[in-house]
Amino acid sequence: MSRIGVFVCHCGTNIGGVVDVPKVVEAAKQMPLVVFADENKYTCSELGQASIRNAIDEHRLDRVVVAACSPRMHENTFRRTVAAAGLNPYLLEIANIREHCSWVHSDHDEATVKAIDHVQMAVAKVARHEALFPKTIGLTKRALVIGGGVTGIQAALDIAATGHEVVLVEREPSVGGRMAQLDKTFPTLDCSACILTPKMVDVAQHPNITLLSYSEVKEVRGFVGNFEVDILKKAKMVDHSKCTGCGTCWQKCPGKVSSEFDLGLGQRTAIYIPFAQAVPNKPVIDLENCRYQTFLKWDESQGGKKPPECRICEKICPTKSIDWEQQDEIVTEKFGAIVVATGFKTFDHSVYGEYGGGRYPDVISSLQLERLMSAAGPTEGEVVRPSDGAHVKNVVFVQCVGSRDDRVGRPYCSKVCCMYTAKHAIMLKEHDPDVQCYVFYIDVRAGGKDFEEFARRAQDESGAIYLRGRVSHIYQDGKNLKVLGEDSLIGRPVEIEADLVVLATGMEASDNADTLAQTLNISYTIYNFLIEAHPKLRPVETQTDGVFVAGSAVGPRDIPECVAHGSAAAVKAVALLSQDSLKSDPLTSIVDPMKCVGCFACKVVCPFNAIEEQVTRDKRTVSSINENLCKGCGLCVVACRPGAINLRGFTSQQLLSEVLTLVRE
Amino acid sequence: MVQAESSSLEPVAKRVYSYYPGCSLHASAKEFDVSAKLVCQKLGIELRELEDWICCGASAAHSTSHLLSLALPAHTLKQAGEKGLPLAVPCAMCFSRLRITLHELKKKETLDLVSRTLEKELSTDVTVESMLDVLANESISLPVTKPLERLKVACYYGCLLARPPEVIGCDDAENPQTMDRLMGRLGAEVADWGLKTSCCGAGVSFPRLDIVLKLSHRILSLARSTGADCIAVACPMCHANLDMYQKDMTAKHKEKTNLPVLYFTQLMGLALGFSPKELHLDRHLTDPLPMLREKGLA
Amino acid sequence: MLKSTAIILGPVNDFLSSVQSHTGQSITACYQCGKCTAGCPSAYAMDITPRQIMRAIQLGLKDEVLDSSAIWLCLSCETCSLRCPREIDIARVMEAMRHLSLSEGRRPAQKDVVTLYNSFLQQVRLFGRVYDLGFGVAYNMRSGHPFSNVTRLPGLFARRKLKLAPDRTKGASEVRRIAARAKELERMRT
Repeated sequence: MSRIGVFVCHCGTNIGGVVDVPKVVEAAKQMPLVVFADENKYTCSELGQASIRNAIDEHRLDRVVVAACSPRMHENTFRRTVAAAGLNPYLLEIANIREHCSWVHSDHDEATVKAIDHVQMAVAKVARHEALFPKTIGLTKRALVIGGGVTGIQAALDIAATGHEVVLVEREPSVGGRMAQLDKTFPTLDCSACILTPKMVDVAQHPNITLLSYSEVKEVRGFVGNFEVDILKKAKMVDHSKCTGCGTCWQKCPGKVSSEFDLGLGQRTAIYIPFAQAVPNKPVIDLENCRYQTFLKWDESQGGKKPPECRICEKICPTKSIDWEQQDEIVTEKFGAIVVATGFKTFDHSVYGEYGGGRYPDVISSLQLERLMSAAGPTEGEVVRPSDGAHVKNVVFVQCVGSRDDRVGRPYCSKVCCMYTAKHAIMLKEHDPDVQCYVFYIDVRAGGKDFEEFARRAQDESGAIYLRGRVSHIYQDGKNLKVLGEDSLIGRPVEIEADLVVLATGMEASDNADTLAQTLNISYTIYNFLIEAHPKLRPVETQTDGVFVAGSAVGPRDIPECVAHGSAAAVKAVALLSQDSLKSDPLTSIVDPMKCVGCFACKVVCPFNAIEEQVTRDKRTVSSINENLCKGCGLCVVACRPGAINLRGFTSQQLLSEVLTLVRE
Repeated sequence: MVQAESSSLEPVAKRVYSYYPGCSLHASAKEFDVSAKLVCQKLGIELRELEDWICCGASAAHSTSHLLSLALPAHTLKQAGEKGLPLAVPCAMCFSRLRITLHELKKKETLDLVSRTLEKELSTDVTVESMLDVLANESISLPVTKPLERLKVACYYGCLLARPPEVIGCDDAENPQTMDRLMGRLGAEVADWGLKTSCCGAGVSFPRLDIVLKLSHRILSLARSTGADCIAVACPMCHANLDMYQKDMTAKHKEKTNLPVLYFTQLMGLALGFSPKELHLDRHLTDPLPMLREKGLA
Repeated sequence: MLKSTAIILGPVNDFLSSVQSHTGQSITACYQCGKCTAGCPSAYAMDITPRQIMRAIQLGLKDEVLDSSAIWLCLSCETCSLRCPREIDIARVMEAMRHLSLSEGRRPAQKDVVTLYNSFLQQVRLFGRVYDLGFGVAYNMRSGHPFSNVTRLPGLFARRKLKLAPDRTKGASEVRRIAARAKELERMRT
């Protein structure tokens, strides 16, 4: 006969304010097999846990029910508690009377009845629990970092520093991400390239880091410690093992196209590196715009003149690195941990028809202004109007473009725009003391070290005029732009004639962040930002063990935060990789080979490829569970028609006894 | 239906609409009515004017009584519904009131209330189209005899053909293209400008002429600055404000304001070969004839 | 808003909740960005701006709203509603405020605007359609500006813009019936 102890938690007033806890305790005492019941203000506190351990000792309890919050919150805590008192940690059941009861009900009496039902079910279930034991599994001591922006770079360098191997995968031809496009950084006005470039070079030179640029993660199999990842290496058409990055090819290439890195403000060639400090400093060929490719695709039925064959790069390359035979290639690698640092992209302001919908050349985004201000940018740091190349004098900044706006589906604050706009106002004044900046804002959000002082500096020292109000309309009037706003502090409409308008576009998840999240089996928000395991206490972990998230892929973040999160994810990955073996969760499915008919309906539904085929001694092919892959989701149990599969910790018998205890009343 | 039998004799492709001109088109905006009818006739579109139609209530009803602002257009919708033909409406104000009423009547509660007001059973099974949408339909071929070459037109849509876009059915409330594309098909060059859907101030024209003058002047000057030879409109209120007060603006700003404002149907009429007289081009206070003569269009 | 006393706020704000339920608009969603005012063609002429109207409703300042010139200078152009980042139909709220002001029998801050509307509707009740000349004369008489726009008459007649007799329709009696019914039903609802 079991001896069950029940511990009911007040959780301060979270539960105690709605549920009559003493009444639940009294009811529990009357339940079959319960030999002890008690209450605690906070059961998860050291005091509360000690009371459980003492009761196990004193009353010789062999099973425990804790009626408290969600098992997602504290099941592991209480498993450790009962284990410390010598019980098998799986002889515990949680009755969730907070999220499933007190938080969602206001009627005290009915909530109390429901809480008692929950406890009664947990008691009935735990009576049928069995001791379970985790298995030991090995792991691959290598890490994969996805995304080569500043976050991914930091994570890769930190993991590599502990002696573990790292593969850094970057979609673009160079690492550096958005930070490489910036001119200066707030609030210190450090030159962005000057502080980032050394880190980029470190990545390329570190003996423990393999950089796969122009590559994408396509498929992820396996589980914590034992991931198998398919990586697509896009054809560069240049043999990087021979190329020295001398630059002869991209200087001579006649195929000119608009530069992605300079956001359409400059041009690049078809064989190119995205920017001068690119890492690797070796080019790729953009096949869409390569003249030789156009030549190859041309056929006479199109009419017109046959295009020239070109192949200039091939002819002038001193190391004969151009390789027209190169193909996209998929490589499969093994990893123990994965850090996702896929970053952000800026909001596309062309959806704002009232701001010209992208059709006025002198209405630009903040990132475009960064390129104009950068000494390495298309204008070599001269801030001139895209329309006519004139120097600007009257500049209007519009904040919250693609932020705090339900109408464009972006109700969140992008966090960095207030600060980078202050930076722009300060920098423009430094470029040219005759410039007058106007900043339309809703609230100046300057929470951060030295941020408020920096935002004040834009107004006090650089003379930027801050106007509280959102701009409603921008239109071209002759050579200039008319900007209609309100100064909501004085309560009157304002009209400004500007020669340049800069839209402070917000941050959004990078392209295909959702697809990658699905591949990795991690959650993401409706805005495609990745979801951390706990927003406060587990900020870089995810619901999938061994997969960590960092940087602005999780939500709007500035550079210092991204770097800190990159390091944090690295530490978590290293903590995992430093172990000699891992313990697997014993809450997995188990097949009774005597009942299994070998239909493999289970195999069809299993999302984790955990079902394997096994031949029994009497030569029947039956299914068997790979416990390392099984996540205990239970889909196979439902699919199994003969009822041969059971889920440990949630067996049909255990669940049925929960139901029966309520029905018997 | 009896009508269906007789219509079987007519060409299959013929488009037939019920027609609701609205008060303005029977009075100050007669030229809109005349030109719309001529153009429709030329393009094989038959218009059958509703008998004994009543006013839509315009902004006067809208600003003073919610129920009345729905009940008056609902009466017209009822009439149109009984004819079983789509309703073509040239005046932007009438069109807006009819479309908004149709939209509001989709709520059961409103439908019941308005039905009780009219003491008639109402349905929302009616199609209401603006004359602009009827004529801009690209499946209708335009037999242009006098292309509007050398003419640069600033298309002005105003408020009522743009907002609210989901009710009105506007392609782009900030930069609509329907009229622009139509003018392009007639051979005209169109201006890309930023005040296509900015308000001219119509609602308060008599009591606050100062507001109308300010808003309309801004629209006229911007259109002029893009090099436009004239403005095309589809709303009698916009037309009145932009056309009628140009002398006042000249006096106020000490700078000549002289930009002809034409109904888009008049420009269509010119391109389709009608004479300025037939199109009543002599009815505007800002005379467009000198400009049209200079362009060889009159 | 030049007022001689501080705003006294009580715990219950009936005005806010009645405006919200009547218009179906969430006034509390407004975070005062001012985009409505920024794009409002007549805001420059208003005593308080559309943004301030929304704020005054949030705080329950009924008189500020209903006695403002703003609600009568609103042109119903709906630019505010189109662009509001909180998706509030501000024009709908302004319209409801005009109706409320009238139903409470308040003296409108722009009485000529109301006179204009009434003169217009009078024509519609008389003839079933608007008769421009009659409408103009009625407005001039009732507003106390008898010579308003008179100098324009020769030009308008010369271009046949004005008709000498109203357009009559059998629908006129229908209009009178509808108007009376609407008035009666609205009175019943309030």
